[in-house]
This record gives sequence, structure tokens and C-alpha cells, in this order.
Amino acid sequence: MDLVSFARGPALEVALAVFCLGVVWRIVGFALLRIRRNFNEPRNSLVKAIIGGVIATGSRSWPHSEFTVRTGAGEALGYGYHIGLFIVILAFAPHIAFFGSLFGVTWPALPNSVITIFSVLTFTLLLAVLFRRVTHRVLRMLSNFDDYFSWFITTLVIVTGLMATAHIGGPYQTILGLHILSFDALLVWFPFGKLMHAFYIFPSRAINGTLLSRKGAAS
Amino acid sequence: MSITATLSANLALEEARSPEARVAGAMRGFALEIGALSAFRMESCIHCGICADACHFYIATEDPQYTPIWKVEPFKQAYKRESSAFAPVFRWLGLKKKVTADELEHWQYLLFDSCNMCGRCSLICPMGIDVSALIEQARHAMFEAGLAPTELYEKAANQKRTGQPEDSAEPYRDKLLAIGREFGVEIPLDKSDVEVMLTVPRTDIEHYPKAVAALARVMQHLGVSCTFRSDGLVAENYGYYAGGKEWQRQISLRLIDEALACKAKLLIVPECGHAYTALRWEAADLYGKPLPFKVRHVTEFLAEQLQLGKLTLRTAETGATTFHDPCQLVRKGGVTNAPRTLMKAMGVELHEMKNHGAFSFCCGGGGGVVDIQRAAPLRYRAMENKLREVDDTGASTFITSCSDCRRTFDDARSHFNWEKTPRSLLELVADNLAGTAGNAA
Ligand code: SF4
Ligand code: SF4
Repeated sequence: MDLVSFARGPALEVALAVFCLGVVWRIVGFALLRIRRNFNEPRNSLVKAIIGGVIATGSRSWPHSEFTVRTGAGEALGYGYHIGLFIVILAFAPHIAFFGSLFGVTWPALPNSVITIFSVLTFTLLLAVLFRRVTHRVLRMLSNFDDYFSWFITTLVIVTGLMATAHIGGPYQTILGLHILSFDALLVWFPFGKLMHAFYIFPSRAINGTLLSRKGAAS
Repeated sequence: MSITATLSANLALEEARSPEARVAGAMRGFALEIGALSAFRMESCIHCGICADACHFYIATEDPQYTPIWKVEPFKQAYKRESSAFAPVFRWLGLKKKVTADELEHWQYLLFDSCNMCGRCSLICPMGIDVSALIEQARHAMFEAGLAPTELYEKAANQKRTGQPEDSAEPYRDKLLAIGREFGVEIPLDKSDVEVMLTVPRTDIEHYPKAVAALARVMQHLGVSCTFRSDGLVAENYGYYAGGKEWQRQISLRLIDEALACKAKLLIVPECGHAYTALRWEAADLYGKPLPFKVRHVTEFLAEQLQLGKLTLRTAETGATTFHDPCQLVRKGGVTNAPRTLMKAMGVELHEMKNHGAFSFCCGGGGGVVDIQRAAPLRYRAMENKLREVDDTGASTFITSCSDCRRTFDDARSHFNWEKTPRSLLELVADNLAGTAGNAA
């Protein structure tokens, strides 16, 4: 079995299994903890509170105007590489073919040259994000292994992908194999670290937004 | 044993505990208390650091340790190490270290001295995390570890035992009656079968007696059947500040019992922000069932009376005016419109601050910080921006609706030689009741 077949075959299967079980276990972990009941008299009805939660789910996508001067640039940087990642993951023809083999659905792709531009941009933004993390006094203090490793594994997937499409760094099959293996590694790491925020972000905004709206508090 | 002696003995007991026992106590308290919601909040943090930009302590100092989520770092670490879904993996890989006694000691400054529990950070997090809720929980653990600041601990202990946070030469009940005599207003006391039970901030009793008289006067004017209760006078809850959850419960119970005894259908929280949080949002949860009466802030109650047509106000000659939104009432409590409704009814020419309403900066004294002596220098630094915002409105009159905020601003007057005098919205209402002589209180 060559490297690509291994990465696409057994390695991917194991990675997907770890990913699925890990994600489920991490979510079940909360369910095992106590859920406290609220006995205080709500200011707003449940419906109004839930609407507040829905609004917060959307509105937290960008800081309230009171905060934009201080935080707008940092958030824009975050958006930049997230959008780049989404485009590269979802609009590159070989990726679409891969998803097609997994889920049985495909969609139109962007031209390879456009994907290459987005990949380079995304990689550049990821470098900027790392630079910011190690130089910004707050980010440096907050950062731990999870932050750096999650950055590393994401960047590794992008870099090996770029190398494979540009045919640099070694035989195409080897680099492609490494690219897929790095993706497998990302799947394995996913449930253990902060990449889980992909699953948490909307429920977190919705739950906290609902609880604040229940009190009529700002969200 | 006298109260003071018991208190000293308790404090000595805390001091006698080994640092390790303190850490174990704190972490146990935290682990026991952590529910699914807090766990979820902690797990959701992506370490983006954005919450720092909401906190006045960080904005004033640019010191990263004042980043809101960092204030719960040891607890986040402990949770991940002890009870998260992958706790064994974290322990095995050594990714989450045990929290040391030294660390926890240092965190006392971060959780108490440099946090007003104002909730501004909870509005900025892109993950929607309610950071101040986590801080409140971390304070509980600090209390369990004997690491609540002495000033807050002592006041909470006193209040739990006597109903008063501080000993006073004259009991508050007598002071209350004296205030009534001084301002010529009848103080309804220890009545039964009333509609409304009134409470009073000890800050008003000690510093702003006119506000106490204003409350009695307004209620008398409205003809509401109401009473203060000798055994449930003080609105503040130092158990809440100190992080002593059980003490907070007992202090709340004192008021709940009194409200039940006088059969009140409504308990009015006076001009005190954190008392509102403690009674409106937390008392029922600590009581374990819904309260058999409603809880409203005095400005909410008055705005409602206004809308019902039961209260009419005269135009108040305040000139250009600005209003400080107390965090616990407005941002965290949702009492945003009521004070503005009252001001509008008095024709107040309101000039809002740059950050107002839900986004208002804390006065710097909330969360018990104004009571912590050693926190004063940092508090003053964090306050400077707020004072600038007040000044920038160009207003000559400065109003608020929380006596602790008022005290904090008053303190700033002497510290900074600041020329504004914080005034009470309740007093302004009492001075402008239609059909009265005005300024009588
Ligand atoms: S609650 Fe207020 S004082 Fe405390 S960390 Fe958040 S913004 Fe800062
Ligand atoms: S803003 Fe929210 S996600 Fe970002 S560091 Fe603060 S608590 Fe964590």
C-alpha cells in the first residue's frame, strides 16, 4: 500500500472514528454535569428569550460598535483566515471529489489558480495570526499548547496542500500523501483541543444570549 | 462569644489552614459547583483575548493579567484537569498543571481587587461566553479557600450574624427612625399585612440619609401600604461580594423571611445595584424555589407607577444632565429604560455618555472593590476614563441610581478634586413629586 492509499484508507478511517467519537464524548461530557434550574422570575417570556438568543448568535459575529475600534482589526484577521480556509476546503476540485466520495454530493469548484491565490493568502494570514499571538501581550499570556498545536496542524495542512499543487518539496504522490496524513492528524486532534469551537460557537452564543435575554439584560 | 470574637476566631482558622488545604478547598468548591453551563463556557474559550478590550482595568493599564478570562485561569485549568471530558488525557500528557497555592493567592487580586463583576466583558466575547458569570463562580471557590479579601469577609460575616455588615453605635433601625425625624417623613416600620416591603442600602443609612427619606416620602405620596422591617433592613448582600454562597443565601433568607412575615407582594430594592442582582436574580435560586413575592428596583417601580398614571412629576431644573448606568441594574439586570423614563418625565435634558446603557463603563467600585482598601490605587486608575466620559458630556448635573456607584464617585471627588457631585435619581424624583412643595426631603 502506498502512502496516499494508506492516508486515504485506513489512516483516514481511524481519524474519522477518533473525530466522531471524540466530538460526541466531549459533548456528552457536559450532559453528565449538573444543569441548574432557574427559579428567579424571568423578565422576558421564553419565546422572547429564545429570540434574543437567536439574535445574539448572529450579532456576536461582529463586535458591538462600542468595541470595534479596539477589536475590529483582530476580528477581521480572524475572519480573513477562516474565510480563506472555507474557500480552499470547499471550493477546490479534488476536495469536492473527496467529499463526494464520502457523502455522495458534489458542487461546482473554483479554478485552481483562484484556489492557489486563496491558499497563499490564507497561509500568509495564518503567519500573521501566529505573529500576533506571540507578540500581543494578552494573546501570548493566554496561549497554551492547544493554541499553538491547533495552529500548527491547520497550517501544516495548508502548507502541504500548497506544496502538492505547486509540485515542490518532493514527489507529488509523497507530498499528497503527507497532505492527506496531516488532515488525518487534524481530525484526530480536533476533539481534544480548541478546534472544537467549530461545534461550540453557535450553541454558546445562543445559550448565553437566551439566558441574558431572559433577564432583559444586554447580549 | 461576642460577634467580633467569633469573627476573629473564624479568620484565625482560615489563616491557620495550610496553603495546600486552601487550594484543595478552592478546587473542591469549584468542582462541586461547576455545572454543565459553566463547563461549556470554559470549554468554549478560544483564547482570542478580545475580552481584554472590554475591561476598564485592562484598558487603563494595558496589563494583560487583567484580561477577564485570565481571571478564571486556575479554575479553567482545574476543570480541564479534574472533570472535563478528556481530564485523564490532560493529566497523562501533563497539559494541565495542578494549581499552586501561590498562584491562587495571587488570583485573589485578579478576582476581587480588579474585577467589579460588571459584565462588560460578557458583551464582547465572539463565542458569547458570559465571562463575569465564571468570575462569580470563581469567587465562590476563593471564599471556600479562605481567600476572600478581609474587608468583604468581615462584612459578610457580620451581616450573616446580625443583618448589618458593620457594627454601629446605633442600630440601623434607630438610625432609620432618626432619619425620618430629621427629614420630617414618616418611616413605616415593622408593619404587617402590607403590599410592599422596603429595604435600604446601608450606604444610604451611613452616607446618604436623604435618599432613605426620599424612598419613604415617595411611597407615602403614592399611598402604598408598605413597611421597612427591623430584622430585614439592609439591601446589600456582602455574602455575594465575598463569594460566600451559603452566607449569601442566609443573608437573602433574612429578607425573604421578613417579606413573608409581613405578607408583602412586592419587595423593593432601593438604589443599590448588586442588591438587585442578589435579590432579583439569585435569591430564588438560593431559596430553591420561586419567591412568593416580586422583586423590583425602585426606579422600575416608579416608572411603572408613572406609566399607570399614579405618579406625576414636575419639571426638574437640572440643566444639562448625564446619567451613570449602574452595571448590575442596567447591563446585567435589564433596568435600562426605567431611569430614562423617570428623567424624561421630569424634563431632564439628558446628555448620554459615549459608552452608556448596556455598554457603560463601571464606576470601578462595584463587586465590593470600593470596600477593599488596597485596591484603591488600581480603582482610581480604572476610573479615570469613566470620569473623562462624564466630563465630555458637558453636563453640569450628574445622576445615578445606585448608592455604591454614588459613593465611588464621591470618593473620586476628593481623590481627583473632581468637581461633579453625584446625585440620586430617587432623591430627584422625591424632590419633584407633583402637588408637593418640592425639595422637602
Ligand atoms: S466583569 Fe467587568 S471588571 Fe470584571 S473582568 Fe469583566 S469587564 Fe472587567
Ligand atoms: S473573548 Fe471569549 S473566547 Fe476570547 S479569550 Fe475572552 S472569553 Fe475567551
